[in-house]
Amino acid sequence: MNAVLINLLYIAASILFIFGIKMLGSADTARTGNRLSSVGMLLAVVATLLYLGLDWTMVIGGILLGGMIGAVAATRVKMTGMPELVALFNGFGGLASLLVAAAEYAKLRTSGVDHYLELLEAQSGVTVPAWFVLLAVGLTALVGGITFTGSLVAWGKLSGKLPGKPSLFPGQQFVNIALMVVAAVGVALMVAGGDSPLAFAAGLALVALSLILGVLITVPIGGGDMPVVIALLNSLSGVAAAMAGFIILNNVLVVAGCLVGASGLILTGIMCKAMNRSLGNVLFSGFGATAQAGGGVTGEMKASSVEDAYFVLEAAQSVVIIPGYGMAVAQAQHAVKELAGILEENGAEVRFAIHPVAGRMPGHMNVLLAEADVPYEQLQEMDQVNPVMPTVDVAIVIGANDVVNPAANDDPSSPIYGMPIINAHEAKTVYCLKRGKGAGFSGLENALFFGQNTRMLYGDAKATVSALVAEFGK
Amino acid sequence: MELAPLLLLLFAFTLAIFLGFELISKVPSQLHTPLMSGSNAISGITIVGALLALNAMEGPAAKWLGFAALVFASINVVGGYMVTDRMLAMFKKKEKGGPAE
Repeated sequence: MNAVLINLLYIAASILFIFGIKMLGSADTARTGNRLSSVGMLLAVVATLLYLGLDWTMVIGGILLGGMIGAVAATRVKMTGMPELVALFNGFGGLASLLVAAAEYAKLRTSGVDHYLELLEAQSGVTVPAWFVLLAVGLTALVGGITFTGSLVAWGKLSGKLPGKPSLFPGQQFVNIALMVVAAVGVALMVAGGDSPLAFAAGLALVALSLILGVLITVPIGGGDMPVVIALLNSLSGVAAAMAGFIILNNVLVVAGCLVGASGLILTGIMCKAMNRSLGNVLFSGFGATAQAGGGVTGEMKASSVEDAYFVLEAAQSVVIIPGYGMAVAQAQHAVKELAGILEENGAEVRFAIHPVAGRMPGHMNVLLAEADVPYEQLQEMDQVNPVMPTVDVAIVIGANDVVNPAANDDPSSPIYGMPIINAHEAKTVYCLKRGKGAGFSGLENALFFGQNTRMLYGDAKATVSALVAEFGK
Repeated sequence: MELAPLLLLLFAFTLAIFLGFELISKVPSQLHTPLMSGSNAISGITIVGALLALNAMEGPAAKWLGFAALVFASINVVGGYMVTDRMLAMFKKKEKGGPAE
């Protein structure tokens, strides 16, 4: 009876997860969807607590401790710190799955394979061969470990604790492939060895390998490719949970983990498409580590002053603001919102053009601008803005670089050729806010900055925008 | 050996993959971050596995590993849902404020 009730609750939880993910995909229902899925999670936890014989001190202690840490982090984080936090949470999910695999393997070693399988059958009602459980343990450890350290490296890169530049060492692809092969051998040894000391050693080696692999796979990926990597790691954390579900033969883990794995993969695809690159290219090319400044960029960048920009903006009828990672770094979103408000009062039509991979995480710019109270209708996607770009008086590029580089449209020799961009160069006048003269993440010179109609405003984006706002106040 | 229940689990696995691909077709870009962090919270479902490892009859190794798993999974679940809700609250406000202008 108990087992029936538990499994019925698991089915209900799975349904809530399915509706939750579905509703997260559309603006009107997203918040409700997230809440539905959290109710599903609560149901799944409550159902699990109905199993008899749990150590309640540890159960309550663990949930309270983890829950409090999570709640504090989620409430305290600034919107600019969001990418790091999501990466960190994701890593913890992978680590949790890895630890679940370790705990199950510890059980298997203390009670012996046969007894363990009996216990498992009593708990889940499913009979499985030993090799199946051991294979699941090995795969969970592998995927969970890669997710954990991969997310930690992403967290380090996003928070600036690690250099954002991709770093490749000679033969790194070969080393990665060799490590993968060794990991596969480790899984095979575990499956063959069961509870023997050799299998235990193979398991420990497998954990170490997976942690190393997570680092090696993520380190060569540069900051601008982070949206792809975060989406992929998100998918992997789901796969790890699904694999853990195969160890303990639990439906809700398998279903929920798969849903996350699949939806994360879709998001990864969207990000890759926005950069016109394949997933393999993002993961293995070390893009930006080797790319040299593309030829064919001539002329010079024309610096301008805040006063000049003020006169042009004052007369502008339509303005498009194109934010990028630089806006996040300078935390300029509130100043930008203020400027947009003033321009509107001045009679100009103001739009924000958001490139899908602007920033360091999918949807990064949208989160920042939403925090600054920029009306939802003003945020436009690339495809909406590009057709009207030639009629725009002023385009203000704030800390964006590769996503507005016209070389992607017309220079077949450029490494980013073919990537869809926001056509800022088609506006009558372009102001680019930039910290210095350096190249963007890809290491490419940006032809936009050398354009006839482009003026550069050097300095901290927040200071520059605030100065513009002050000019309007005079 | 009775393999049918195991095959049912594999069946659920396969269907869930296809369902996951079908659920999300075109996501507007402003929802990319919430979708990611919301689905990340769901991947904390591994919390169920952590709880099951905390059987009172088990040895200390399994229990402490399970306890650690429970702590990290709880951070993932609670933090993930709360941070997603915070983000979506900001989006919501705009939608209501928009038409009023």
